[in-house]
Amino acid sequence: MNFIEKIGDSVIKAAQQARSVLALFFDTLYWLVAGPFKNKFVKSDSIFSQMAFAGAGSLIIAAFVSFFTGIVIAMQSAYQLARFGANIYVAPMVAVGLARELAPVLTALVVAGRVGAAIAAELGTMKVTEQIEALETMALNPIRFLVVPRFLALLIMLPCLTVLADMIGIFGGFLVGVFNLHLDPYRYMTFSFKFMQWKDVWTGLVKSVVFGITISMVGCYTGLQTKGGAEGVGKATTLSVVTSFILIILFDCLLTGLFYFMQT
Amino acid sequence: MEKEIVIKAEGVVKKFGDRTVLNGINLDIYRGETFVIMGGSGCGKSTFLRHLIGALKPDSGRVSLLGKDLSKLQEDELDAVKKKIGMSFQSSALFDSMTVGDNVALPLKEHAKLDKSVVDIVVKMKLELVGLRGFEDLMPSQLSGGMRKRVGLARAIVMDPEIVFYDEPTAGLDPIVSGVIDKLILDLSKKLSITSVVVTHDMKSVFSIADRIAMLYEGRVLEVGTPDEIRKSKNQMVQQFVSGSPDGPIKFFQQKDDYLEQLMK
Repeated sequence: MNFIEKIGDSVIKAAQQARSVLALFFDTLYWLVAGPFKNKFVKSDSIFSQMAFAGAGSLIIAAFVSFFTGIVIAMQSAYQLARFGANIYVAPMVAVGLARELAPVLTALVVAGRVGAAIAAELGTMKVTEQIEALETMALNPIRFLVVPRFLALLIMLPCLTVLADMIGIFGGFLVGVFNLHLDPYRYMTFSFKFMQWKDVWTGLVKSVVFGITISMVGCYTGLQTKGGAEGVGKATTLSVVTSFILIILFDCLLTGLFYFMQT
Repeated sequence: MEKEIVIKAEGVVKKFGDRTVLNGINLDIYRGETFVIMGGSGCGKSTFLRHLIGALKPDSGRVSLLGKDLSKLQEDELDAVKKKIGMSFQSSALFDSMTVGDNVALPLKEHAKLDKSVVDIVVKMKLELVGLRGFEDLMPSQLSGGMRKRVGLARAIVMDPEIVFYDEPTAGLDPIVSGVIDKLILDLSKKLSITSVVVTHDMKSVFSIADRIAMLYEGRVLEVGTPDEIRKSKNQMVQQFVSGSPDGPIKFFQQKDDYLEQLMK
């Protein structure tokens, strides 16, 4: 196979994978919407346990990451703004930067590493130990039973985590502004909210919804496709994290572009 | 009396890539009998079992279960058939995240509108049948291999199925536990008059449980008969398999190239 054939081959393979993930996504939506009409509800307790794992469980690490990110943006922008004597603009810099970009993306990356990997590993193990097949033999659809609760959990919890990350990150920047740059706390907060618009927040939340869907679909898909024992589970987990990371960055770029051109 | 056919396989062919795994299998299995499918590793018996439970679709030919052609069923109809069968998996396939009791109760909770107290009673009864009453609250990881197999069995029969499939029920178990499992399979088919289909290559268990035996070789049915008929079979391959002899028409070595040629390359 020559070089061009190889490229074509991998493009075709990637397209096929993308189609399969999309098919899984539509199946998930089908069970989510049509399931209740067929009297096949998704178990609320499994949704709640997934939400507790994905949301509450990721709280501390997501807070940790955004707190220090807030501090870092404050210091980095102060370094530039100090030259113009515009230290007070650190406040909107931190707030807008976090809400639009850093809180959704960093939270999604943290959750992809923690929750997406766990989903792929769990479903992968279930696949190689015949548990998925056992579900099917019992006439229980694995998508309704396993994918939908994880999908819903991430769809709901990732935006929640993002809002929290926004606030904690802003607080981190606030600490730098007040104690290091000696800005007036009241003025810092007024400036933050004066320049931050609703659009900054909701575009960030739209991103986090897209990231939540991406993480759950990639995790479930790679998990359900697992082949070949413990090694296969390891590969599926790695693949899930790597794919999620790439897709998060890619979708972030696309959405940022979309929102940017929407403005003008 | 005319025997009722509950499982009918007609010319089932399955290919994975270039490899033909099933090469036209015809089999009838009657209600209430214990039917054993035996054959060496890689002869396609597990693949064939997957076709019988509707997990795989044949490339050509058809499989009918309880009078219904599986390939022609809609998803809902297929689910209705699946509720009438149970399957005991080679690796037990218990759900790691659920207790033994929840594992056994799952099909009931999902498919039958029953009160929790009724479900609890049914679960206790099924666990009693496999000799594990009182283990409801343990997790699967706390059980031994034989116990897991028995829990898997209890889960397979919790919906009172008409047919139970067993994939290598005694593989990897010590002789005593194997004996216990064999006795359980017999008990269940006699007590509950269930049709049992067992895939195995454990010869001791084959002859102690089977009403009829089919031997598979390279994706084809070599011979079907009662245990006595199989023992007295004139087919060399069947004889070799039953006696477990390394020499005979079935070759252990499956290399395609000529050995000498490959060495001299």
